Amino acid sequence: MSTARVRLPASVKKGDVVEIKTLVTHTMESGQRRDAQNNVIPRKILNKFVCSYNGKEVFKAELAPAISANPYLAFFITATESGTLEFVWTDDDGSTIKEAAKLTVA
Amino acid sequence: MNGRFWALGGATLVSAAAIVAACTTGPTPTIPLPADGSAGSFKSEPVTQFERAGKKSGFLFATPETQNMQKDDFDNPAFLLVDQGEAMWVKAEGKAGRSCGSCHGAAANLRGVGVTYPKVSKETGKLFTLEHQINYCRTERMEAQAIPYTSQTMFAIETLVMHQSRGLPVNVSNEGAARPFFEEGDRLYHTRRGQLNVACIHCHENNAGNYIRADLLSEGRSNGFPLYRLKWASVGSFDRRMEECYAQVRAEPEPYGSDELAKLQLYVNWRANGLLIETPAVRR
Amino acid sequence: MSLATKLPALSRRRLLAGAAGLAGGLIAVRDVSAQAVQPGAHQQVLDKAVGGKKAQPGKVRIRMPEIAENGNTVPMTVTVESPMSAADHVKAVHVVTDNNPRPEVASFHFTPANGKAEVSTRIRLSQTMNVLAYAEMSDGSVWSARSEAKVTIGGCGG
Repeated sequence: MSTARVRLPASVKKGDVVEIKTLVTHTMESGQRRDAQNNVIPRKILNKFVCSYNGKEVFKAELAPAISANPYLAFFITATESGTLEFVWTDDDGSTIKEAAKLTVA
Repeated sequence: MNGRFWALGGATLVSAAAIVAACTTGPTPTIPLPADGSAGSFKSEPVTQFERAGKKSGFLFATPETQNMQKDDFDNPAFLLVDQGEAMWVKAEGKAGRSCGSCHGAAANLRGVGVTYPKVSKETGKLFTLEHQINYCRTERMEAQAIPYTSQTMFAIETLVMHQSRGLPVNVSNEGAARPFFEEGDRLYHTRRGQLNVACIHCHENNAGNYIRADLLSEGRSNGFPLYRLKWASVGSFDRRMEECYAQVRAEPEPYGSDELAKLQLYVNWRANGLLIETPAVRR
Repeated sequence: MSLATKLPALSRRRLLAGAAGLAGGLIAVRDVSAQAVQPGAHQQVLDKAVGGKKAQPGKVRIRMPEIAENGNTVPMTVTVESPMSAADHVKAVHVVTDNNPRPEVASFHFTPANGKAEVSTRIRLSQTMNVLAYAEMSDGSVWSARSEAKVTIGGCGG
């Protein structure tokens, strides 16, 4: 069960540079571990993260197996207008985890 | 209004009363479940007092970076599991068609309950850890399957329940019915084991504050379980941590949910009496 | 007297070398996480990411604990000095390590909408090593930073 959490400040003024924090459940299987039968456990990670602000992409990351389990990503955006922030994480297998949050800009 | 109406109404009242009666072996819920379908958890702030009653929490033996992960409920990865526990709280399972919330109401009603475990169960006379109690509720009241003591599912619901008591002092009893179990736990804590032939006290009493290789030894007081361990990159219970303690001294670990670990947990939680519950704590 | 000392000197050397090689082979098969780190692989990844441009130290900073409490989860913050204006901003920051089985950590792509070129995450370090970052700016320049973290073997179950 994958859950994503996002934190933005409750209300901000136009022009403020605010920190967005994200956390998502994922084992980020590195492909380096072996199971009890000594077979390599195949790699399965979230390899991409995209944040869009009112539909426009503002921040993007490519992630490698060196990112810890339950990936934590915190970054900044300049608050220009009220609207929606959308977050999409993409798994190696093509599936995605999506989360959205409302930003209120005074 | 014919006879059928009264019969149906009467039947509904009787069955409702029966459900309430069956649920009231525990505290009577005063806070109802929220209307929005959430679990109604108690809103608490991260703990800020780590030294109390002459005792030090394991928090004080972690590096600042690890401590920072516990100080903020967003940065603390264990809250992903608390979310899962909250979803479980309101989900009906088992033949009786009940969720935890059906009997207990809002999860906040369990504030103050976790601090007393392990304790002797009034119904069975056995020493119950919180996990044993959860499974007792599931099998006897919900008529659902017991949850394996090794699973993230158990850790999720256990973390939710213990989290309701965050900020309250640990308060397990070592008197009365608990006394014989406590003395056993005391003996276990002082018993040498494993190839390395050491007891818990050799690290946690004789050497608390010293280093074993690069790890700083804590005082061995359990006030934060279940907790997020950086080594596991996931949440685990007291029993999960004990598996590693036993393995580290090259002793055969005890099965999760066993009576021996329950007695040990009673003793180690008693060692933490007075310290504030930090669940879910973050440790290395 | 052992067999090894009875053999002529040349064969003894060969026997010992062979035994060492056999032992090395067995170890390599069993423990994937100790697979050979390719020296210089991290530099190749960085060079490829910035199209072969030369980097100069400065502007970018890596904040990490000097000693990681556990190599599984090491908090890291990368910051680049920049006004983040349309004319002058950070385009991307590429992060690698020099002693993990694979060097890539992440590439972060910024836009002026970020307001600040800073990102925090948690990374895995299999042993003591350097973390290196290359920051690509909108004017084409590339800046670098390096930070070492010690990763130890603990005594309390890991």
